Amino acid sequence: MRWPISLILGTALAGAFALAAFISFLWTPFDHESLNISARMGLPDGQHWLGTDHLGRDILTMIMVGARTSIAVAIIAVGIGIAIGVPLGLFAAANRGSLIDEVIMRGNDLVFAFPSLVIAILITAVFGPSAVNAILAIGIFNIPVFARVARGGALSLWTLDYILAARVAGKGRFRISVEHILPNIANLLIVQGTIQFSLGILAEAALSYVGLGAQPPTPSWGRMLADSQTMISLAPHMAIFPGLAIVLTVLGLNLVGDGLRDILDPRVRRAR
Amino acid sequence: MTLLSVQNLSLDIHGTPILRDVSFDVQEGEVFGLVGESGSGKSLTALSTMQLLPGGSQATGRIEMGGQDLLHLPEREMCAIRGNEIGMIFQEPMTALNPVQTIGDQVAETLIIHGAASRSEALDAARERLDRVGLTADRFPLTRYPHELSGGQRQRVCIAMAVALRPKLLIADEPTTALDVTTQAQILDLLQGLVREEGMALMLITHDLAVVSDVAHHVAVMQNGEIVEAAETETLFRRRSHAYTRALFAASEHQPTRDVTAGATPVLEVAQATRDYTLPRTSLFAPAPKLRAVDQVSLTIHAAESVGLVGESGCGKSTLTRAILGLEPLQGGTIRIGDAPVTAPHVPAEIRRRMQVVFQDPFGSFNPRHRVDRLVSEPFHLLGEVPDRETRIDEALISVGLTPADKAKYIHEFSGGQRQRIAIARALITRPDLIVLDEAVSALDVRVRAQILDLLADLQAEYGMAYLFISHDLGVVRAITDRVLVMKAGQIVEEGPTDRVFAAPEHPYTAELIAATPRIPADWHEGGLDVSGPAVV
Repeated sequence: MRWPISLILGTALAGAFALAAFISFLWTPFDHESLNISARMGLPDGQHWLGTDHLGRDILTMIMVGARTSIAVAIIAVGIGIAIGVPLGLFAAANRGSLIDEVIMRGNDLVFAFPSLVIAILITAVFGPSAVNAILAIGIFNIPVFARVARGGALSLWTLDYILAARVAGKGRFRISVEHILPNIANLLIVQGTIQFSLGILAEAALSYVGLGAQPPTPSWGRMLADSQTMISLAPHMAIFPGLAIVLTVLGLNLVGDGLRDILDPRVRRAR
Repeated sequence: MTLLSVQNLSLDIHGTPILRDVSFDVQEGEVFGLVGESGSGKSLTALSTMQLLPGGSQATGRIEMGGQDLLHLPEREMCAIRGNEIGMIFQEPMTALNPVQTIGDQVAETLIIHGAASRSEALDAARERLDRVGLTADRFPLTRYPHELSGGQRQRVCIAMAVALRPKLLIADEPTTALDVTTQAQILDLLQGLVREEGMALMLITHDLAVVSDVAHHVAVMQNGEIVEAAETETLFRRRSHAYTRALFAASEHQPTRDVTAGATPVLEVAQATRDYTLPRTSLFAPAPKLRAVDQVSLTIHAAESVGLVGESGCGKSTLTRAILGLEPLQGGTIRIGDAPVTAPHVPAEIRRRMQVVFQDPFGSFNPRHRVDRLVSEPFHLLGEVPDRETRIDEALISVGLTPADKAKYIHEFSGGQRQRIAIARALITRPDLIVLDEAVSALDVRVRAQILDLLADLQAEYGMAYLFISHDLGVVRAITDRVLVMKAGQIVEEGPTDRVFAAPEHPYTAELIAATPRIPADWHEGGLDVSGPAVV
């Protein structure tokens, strides 16, 4: 099968940042914690490829280490959403039409009804700003998303003959959900996962930007933007590079999501 | 006079040859039947006429109508012909209408698009057309939406749309396949009436020889993209000169040889079974209304017996099936397998083991992500540890005519008939006392259907299980059952030995069903060259 161009491009973009994060564990051009005030706000040159910030730290290093934070926060947040949301959705679908289904789905609606970032700010404001609290705040809002996707996909599968056949074979709801439903909605979950992943990166950047994400000295793309704000006319490169990092990662992940949907969803595939 | 002339039509799609040298003529005001099995190219022949071919198609030859070659007409001119000169109706009335537009708007749309009328004139014309197809103004105002109509009524709307501009040619692609027999008879009547009164020609595409024998003046038989035989209907039915035509006829008239005698021990006993569905509430305080889908049904099936359950869609036969299989609880009455009650929804494994099921749709019956061995052995879940697991899987596959090597394949590697064999293997594997066959051969082509019926008869002779054959197809039920039950509106209205019920139905509904079933005239047999019989046309 030919890969859609969006998938190739998206994988390349997102993969580049993932690779940067990975390399940063082994090697970075400079130490991201060492300050060098004399070299502050340096423009990109042969030594500092992307220039330095207001404390003289190397921006390329900061972006590489920051990718670590962004990706870790987003992965764990998506993981929380999948780990709790998918079982909830499958459980609701297995008991479709019952009171328990209503309770789960209306609970989901309740979470959906709150503006997620505002609540995330509330959570971090109450429990103190930290990367862990940011992860929790973003993760909680991923739960209803995955619950809905899982339930929607599962509902249409529950009407199929092979599910009936499994029931005739004496299999219970739990077993059918795990054996037959989950593998057949995996494609929906993967696509939703990549989209939530990119949203998670955006949310982490937003929380860090207002100072509620990872705390200094851990670098974070959002805080790099916040730091550059007052110096934007003096050193625009301080804002441009972390901004680009966010834009390109999110764009890449969205392209991956699009491309995966084209490959995994047979309906879209036929329409192409 | 020749209305449509197809000459040497050949079609490739992405380099795969689909049609080869298809030639036929459709005369003005006649019904032309195009018969063939799935994949024979009959639908694509129709789509070629309309120039509605899928992407990557390469058609050669000539399709002549009114002095123009439709095959080489530019898209703009083709648009003027579609709907105007040629109308088309499809198999699935449930999806052929736009669910968010009223039926009046949909019928009027054809007229407005072709600039034949202003909106108000078009709506008047739509009213007149809907009256013509039997949807009268008092019960079916133009403001009705498709979801408010039954399948047959929707098909009537589709016909009204197709004939809105009084086209010279109407193409009907399996127009009655998705409908019940009585509805099918009405729709065929309507189509014939339109042909007679409006001088329209009808190109009827179907897999059903009986329908064609009833309606068509000329017939062409298609196989693998070629027309193998074409003639005036009665001549073709009597002559059957091509081997494929003969095979088709043999399969459609096929009676499997059955040498089992039903035992006396009851395998399944249903007593006074009642199943209610709760409908959505209509008001906040009133109790939710109920629909009685199965009403006081009693039936008994004995060992090695084949019992047919016939009825139209919505009569409650699927609900009854689910209750028998222990998938849904009853609101009254009992179901017993042997001497043990079926206590839905939690049925002990030992009882579930004794009844298995084969469903209609060979494509939806299997998890696409599992291999055949896993699919077939799914009911082993009921048996606990099965020491000779692999041998039993092999045995089941061999008994349905497949090979043990098929175990490692995925379901998409099999054809519809093979899938149905795998479904039967899955049902067999727990050695059940009863297999419920829920429209198990309805989706299959006639030749494959005949093979599956033979297989079922052989398996019954070998293993001695009972069959409950649920079908809307009376021909199939007649071929394979000892006893038949007729169900209407949740109740069994007639029950008796199959031969007696078909020969002398007692209930008027049974008589109506049998009368509505199209049949090839009894004297049109192969070699019966005496053409003095009653003329059809």
